Amino acid sequence: MKTQRLTALSSALLLASFSANATTEIEWWHAMGGNLGEKVNEIAEKFNASQDDYSVKPVYKGNYTETMTGAVSAFRANKQPHIVQVFEVGTATMMSAKGAVYPVYELMENANVPFDQSDYLSSVTGYYSDEDGNMLSMPFNSSTPVLYYNKDLFAKAGVNPPKTWEEVEQVSEKLLANGAQCGFTTGWQSWVQIENLGARHNAPIATNDNGFSSVDNKMLINQSPFVDHIAKMADWQQAGIFEYGGRRSDSAPLFYSGECAMYMNSSASYAGVRESVKDFEFGVAKLPYWDKAVEQPRNTIIGGATLWVLQGHESEEYKGVAQFFSFLSQPEIQADWHQFTGYLPITHDAYELSKKQGFYAKNPGTDIAIKQMTEVEPTPASKGIRLGNFVQIRDVINEELETVWSGDQSAQEALDEAVERANGLLSKFAKANQ
Amino acid sequence: MSNKPTFNHCAFPILLLAPQLLITFIFFIWPAAQAVWQSTLLEDPFGLSTEFVGGENFTELLGDASYYRSFLTTLLFSFSVAGIALLSALVLAVMADRVIKGAAGYKTLLVWPYAVAPAVAGVLWLFMFNPTVGVLAHALKAMGLDWNPFIHSGDAMTMVIIAATWKQISYNFLFFLAGLQSIPRSLVEAAAIDGAGPVKRFFTIIFPLLSPTSFFLLVVNLVYAFFETFGVIHAMTQGGPGQSTTTLVYKVYADGFVGLNMGSSAAQSVVLMILVGALTVIQFKYVEKKVAY
Repeated sequence: MKTQRLTALSSALLLASFSANATTEIEWWHAMGGNLGEKVNEIAEKFNASQDDYSVKPVYKGNYTETMTGAVSAFRANKQPHIVQVFEVGTATMMSAKGAVYPVYELMENANVPFDQSDYLSSVTGYYSDEDGNMLSMPFNSSTPVLYYNKDLFAKAGVNPPKTWEEVEQVSEKLLANGAQCGFTTGWQSWVQIENLGARHNAPIATNDNGFSSVDNKMLINQSPFVDHIAKMADWQQAGIFEYGGRRSDSAPLFYSGECAMYMNSSASYAGVRESVKDFEFGVAKLPYWDKAVEQPRNTIIGGATLWVLQGHESEEYKGVAQFFSFLSQPEIQADWHQFTGYLPITHDAYELSKKQGFYAKNPGTDIAIKQMTEVEPTPASKGIRLGNFVQIRDVINEELETVWSGDQSAQEALDEAVERANGLLSKFAKANQ
Repeated sequence: MSNKPTFNHCAFPILLLAPQLLITFIFFIWPAAQAVWQSTLLEDPFGLSTEFVGGENFTELLGDASYYRSFLTTLLFSFSVAGIALLSALVLAVMADRVIKGAAGYKTLLVWPYAVAPAVAGVLWLFMFNPTVGVLAHALKAMGLDWNPFIHSGDAMTMVIIAATWKQISYNFLFFLAGLQSIPRSLVEAAAIDGAGPVKRFFTIIFPLLSPTSFFLLVVNLVYAFFETFGVIHAMTQGGPGQSTTTLVYKVYADGFVGLNMGSSAAQSVVLMILVGALTVIQFKYVEKKVAY
């Protein structure tokens, strides 16, 4: 019995190694842990089963930062993967790495794989295209911030989900009066409360259209509407309306536990919220805007990541990458990924397919993100952000905002300081990339 | 017996030393030299364009207020960790040394935390101190303290010091206990007969005899607090809130690994290298004089 199983096992292994030899392997480094990682493996397996020439091997490399820096050092050591998932803040760094990156539009052209850029949502591809509108990386998981709210607490206080920040204040006061411990909390404060605040109010966070038209930029976040908003949040924190819970998504437990009635974070948190919220019903609403500051709120901007192809492999292998990308863009694959994770559908077809499948009717709120992103035409200030050293700049913003929450600095002081520090990083980037 | 050297030519001793020299070269001298070289460059992350800028990375560093802040943070953090870890380990060791019944059990329990990896220790304490879900945080809040290490820099510092110290106490405890047990009983008993009380016996006999152990531990603890606490800080605060728990080592990581700013990061590690060299010299030159072997 035992030997039998052993032979079966070894022959299976043998077979596996044979089949691995027969195909060209494509390495894909990603930052999707947990459920998302399993979904990534599933997608790769589907692709591998769909044809015999290539096999995609997904490798989990830690969080976004770790994956990106891992790929950078792998490139320096000549051990780079074919595909690497890079978060949106790394875009400028990747774009400037001309000799290291194989632009996606070129890759598809050289591999003779049909590819139509207009299939993809322009609000997503705009972020990742060069001056001539050519797509440099492959959209994969894009998200945008939304507002999650606790329906039970809202019903108890007799309020509706707020559309504007003014309403956030009023609603929160009523919520607090009716037993809620805190009004709202936020994840990724720089992305949600600074970058998207700017986009929504048509206010660039940096010069040259948020860095789109030049590498030599200066920050603009020490003025209105940013200072007013942060100052207001500091007041709200004193009043118990706002509670800070950490830099990334560390604030999620405040919402899950029913302490905070509202939670602003990525649409991709949907899967996590659905899984973790047990004791109450939750709803999804659009990210608020300041009624007094803007007549027509703009679209929000994306976060998440795209797939970049790195140079230095055989052209045969790149053909496999191109095929894999075209597989990834299929409506079925995309719609499945979108519905499972809460990331945006990146192609029009995937959105239509999800509609047809009745997904939005069954899961109210899941289409908020895509509507919010596409309902108005993006302006230069709401198209996206392309700043060098942006990873560090976000840290600077995080650090300075934390000094506001702790009461050590006023909003104006902190944002002045943030601008000064970030400008140093920007000029350094401009110098290294000119 | 003559005083002549045992080896008449130098090839043989060098051959004997070669493996060690090779290891030192590969793992220390080579990377150190690379760091020095890198610290003079301005480079994009992928290393596609490289420009020699001389000492610019260093002058920039010295003009950076946040670097000085991180310096002070490191000093506060390291000396607190080393001080508290040494003191509490000594107290525990003295108490464990007196225990007769079940001594092995106590000792095992006290040594346990050392087996925990720094990052795990960090996460463990973070769970207890987390303002939303932490047991200790709830207790502190119940006492009327506004405990929130995500916002208050003092709370964050306290939290990382506790986690880093907790891990190191076991190590110190082991050495102190061994040191205590090697002190001849006759000395202590003689002093007791002469009428010296327990406190006097401890400070005039036991502690001086422990001084080599204490000195060794001081060096080890400072090195630990400087370099090996990265995991604790990374898991607990990521250097925040603000930059209040960004130690020098963490800053090297944040600027180099996260920010991909190789030049500045290399310059910082060169400064660190010099610092550690200086610290070691000071310790062995001045502190060691007070140690009686």
